[in-house]
Amino acid sequence: MKPIEAKNVNVFYGDNHVLKDISLTIKENSVTAFIGPSGCGKSTFLRTLNRMNDYIESFRKKGKVFIDGEEIYGKKVRVEELRRKVGMVFQKPNPFPKSIFENVAYGLKIHGMTDKKEVNERVEKSLKQAALWSEVKDILVKPALSLSGGQQQRLCIARTLAVKPTVILMDEPASALDPLSTAKIEELIHELKEKYTIVIVTHNMQQAARVSDRTAFFYLGELIEYDKTSVIFTNPSNKQTENYITGRFG
Amino acid sequence: MPAIEPELQALKENLQDMLSMVKSQIEKCIKAIDKQDASIAKEVVDDEKKINIQELAIDRDCENILALYTPVATDLRLVLATLKITNDLERIGDSAKSLAKMLSNDLSKNEYKWMKELNVVPMLEVLVSMLKEIGNALRKEDTKSVLKTVKKDDDLNDYFKNALKTTASLIRKNPDEAKTILSLFLLIRNLERSGDLTKNIAEEIVFQIEARVVKHRKKL
Repeated sequence: MKPIEAKNVNVFYGDNHVLKDISLTIKENSVTAFIGPSGCGKSTFLRTLNRMNDYIESFRKKGKVFIDGEEIYGKKVRVEELRRKVGMVFQKPNPFPKSIFENVAYGLKIHGMTDKKEVNERVEKSLKQAALWSEVKDILVKPALSLSGGQQQRLCIARTLAVKPTVILMDEPASALDPLSTAKIEELIHELKEKYTIVIVTHNMQQAARVSDRTAFFYLGELIEYDKTSVIFTNPSNKQTENYITGRFG
Repeated sequence: MPAIEPELQALKENLQDMLSMVKSQIEKCIKAIDKQDASIAKEVVDDEKKINIQELAIDRDCENILALYTPVATDLRLVLATLKITNDLERIGDSAKSLAKMLSNDLSKNEYKWMKELNVVPMLEVLVSMLKEIGNALRKEDTKSVLKTVKKDDDLNDYFKNALKTTASLIRKNPDEAKTILSLFLLIRNLERSGDLTKNIAEEIVFQIEARVVKHRKKL
């Protein structure tokens, strides 16, 4: 099974050609890291995988993106359903200004789950999966914004998990967190890959090396190299990749 | 320039210095034998401490680079290779010291004669030439010259095989001097082993530069 498959994807913002002929396949139950300097297209490509770029007026795309075998830019695709299947965690934790419980239950209600018992069970399960349950089980009615940054980010992950996605996209999920919270997120990523396919954008080379199975290096809108993470960080085949990961870029 | 760069440059220079020290130890052994001068050999024994100090300094630098800069790819290979190369160089230095210890006693004419028959100086010369090529390979980051080094290890192996026969013959002719002749043979064993260590260094250089593991292979 290939949960994510991109074929000759080109993305334009107006006249700006930001992604150039990207083709890659991501295996299920794996963690894939996208690395590259700012402006290389890695976040744009990540956002292409759940149509987050649709909100940008000048956005244009060529090529195809398949998730679980379905072309996600096809006419019959319901974008809300796509984003349930392909969840996203952002750089800055963005809980709703609601209680901890309501944050996790929100997506369930949107998708029509009304049975209170079922909702309660799903909220508890998601918080447990996000390694947050033991810290919040007695304060579920408290505002989510009263949690620490690291807890808020795990809450956002729980919110994503609640609607049972198959793919989780993470855009620099730990860049705003302290080392301890970062370690918890990384540990969580490692645990979640048993059930989900994870794609993470990170500027932290060591984080990419620690958490991912495969790494894709982007530069100037091109996919320069895509290989096992152990190969990318020990013996990359492209000189540009080597220069980037060893800090000799440009 | 990335912050790791000056650290790696310093590491390369320190490794070259250690290599030069070890090479100089062997050259002094040759001189001590040629001139039959025990004082030169004593210098070698004294200087061995400097090699040990250099080895410890390089080990500490490698540890710091790994802990502080978390190197990857070519940088990581440089640090890993350096750790192994310094270990091998220190052991080659030990062999030179063992030989120098013997030479620092006033040896008899017979002992110098037997050393000649056992080809001690030609073996030392091969080692010096191998270490020179190692130095060039490290400086130029060129693996071609390393191949020459590997081939020269065969010469040392041949000298060692002949020395075994010569030792047996010398003991038969001079049974009362068997202990001295055997001591000489053990030193020759050390020189042959130093050739193997130099070959290991060559293999580490290939790993460092080309990311190829060529250990335990017949051909590099």
